[in-house]
Amino acid sequence: MDISDISDFPLALERDTAPMVSFRKVTKSYGSLVVLDALDLDVAEGEMVTIIGPSGSGKTTVLRMLMTLETINGGVIYVDGEPLTHMERDGRLVRANDRHLRKIRSKIGMCFQHFNLFPHMTALENCMEGPVHVLGLSKRQARERSEELLAMVGMADKRDQHPSRLSGGQQQRVAIARALAMRPKVMLFDEVTSALDPEVIGEVTNVIRELVGKHNLTMLMVTHQMGFAKDISDRICFFYGGRIEEQGTPEELFGNPQKERTRQFLSAVKEAT
Amino acid sequence: MSYFEFLSQYGDRIVSGTLVTMALTVLASLLAVAIALAAGLMRMAPNRAVRGIATVYIEIFRGTSLLVQLYWIFFVLPLFGITLEKFTAGFVAVGMNLGAYGAELVRGAILSVPKGQWEAALALNMSPAKRMRRVILPQAVLIMLPSWGNLLIELLKGTALVALISVTDLMFQVKQINGTTFLSAEAFGTALVIYYVLARFMVTPFMRWLERFMMRKMGRV
Repeated sequence: MDISDISDFPLALERDTAPMVSFRKVTKSYGSLVVLDALDLDVAEGEMVTIIGPSGSGKTTVLRMLMTLETINGGVIYVDGEPLTHMERDGRLVRANDRHLRKIRSKIGMCFQHFNLFPHMTALENCMEGPVHVLGLSKRQARERSEELLAMVGMADKRDQHPSRLSGGQQQRVAIARALAMRPKVMLFDEVTSALDPEVIGEVTNVIRELVGKHNLTMLMVTHQMGFAKDISDRICFFYGGRIEEQGTPEELFGNPQKERTRQFLSAVKEAT
Repeated sequence: MSYFEFLSQYGDRIVSGTLVTMALTVLASLLAVAIALAAGLMRMAPNRAVRGIATVYIEIFRGTSLLVQLYWIFFVLPLFGITLEKFTAGFVAVGMNLGAYGAELVRGAILSVPKGQWEAALALNMSPAKRMRRVILPQAVLIMLPSWGNLLIELLKGTALVALISVTDLMFQVKQINGTTFLSAEAFGTALVIYYVLARFMVTPFMRWLERFMMRKMGRV
């Protein structure tokens, strides 16, 4: 990316007024395929934002860029007022190095569609791994924290089981506890119910429901569960072709969509369910 | 001379040769594992020079004969001031050779750990070294263990070549016995059986046990 593109971006955002997450003109492309096209998106502290849209619209990419699993080709992402993708050097923004990435990344946690629990560790060990080996907590502290979180997601009695012995819903609940054990400020949920059998989706959505409004956690979620999104989101963003086609409160977007594409998508989804 | 008489007369030497072969196998295996791990990881390093060193190593040791490598280490290195005692030269040559094959097993296994595991470890903000050590390698080990079983049997059989630099292993002893008695069938027949027994009833069961041990650690039993 040409650094001059971002020369007029602020080195940091005003701490008190800054949104927790701010995408500024963020572009992502693979070769000639533009996945995200100058995306502007702010998420306030404690806000729950859900991203919906047809596949290939770039919704998962938004989360993956924020988790630094993908690099960006243009623009800047700010987290908690500080640039994530860039850092300040000699009064201007340059591409972030590993050290900077690790510092800012510590504010973000993520849950994946396929859970990605570590198969060689028990549920409890999965949750303790980060606190012990990244945050440097003592085993005792990490265990207390992890057991508390496992209890919160209703998995206390399965804490000594390996992931292979758990159902999809149970694995996803452990994965949520594992991410929360790092005490992130921002939680990302990437289609966390898509790989689940219908009858266990509820156990995962209930856990996320409980998180909403707690700990002032900022959340970004990609989902196909429209009913769930409607219930718990503060704001819904409808993505289409790498851009936000339309956004608003659940009432606005589901009740009275303004754009034709939004209407088409919502009616297509409605038919499917 | 009956086979029984043969055994009672030369049994001691055969046993002592077998013990040397076993010692060579164990030491060469340890060396091979260490080298395979180092070279396998180096092959995936972001730094081109580091990758290059590993590639050259693997190419040389896989691409040339173990016997020639053995002679190099024992006869040529002293010309450069590095003199190894013959037993050491023996297991070093075998270990370095099989380590080069093992490096590709390590690399292949690491690459076949699902991408989601790397991503989850990154999402927990683990450093690259921790990601590898705590998350990826334990899973890669389980993936590569069956192939290591084969490799270690190759290694055991490869140790027979060290007889050619006069390490008193099993092959050396039976060659000596054959040289003085001309009882070729008895001498080499016994060696054949012992190599088979070592491979079939020691290396293989050990690897099976290791696999089961790792599976238990993964909670898959």
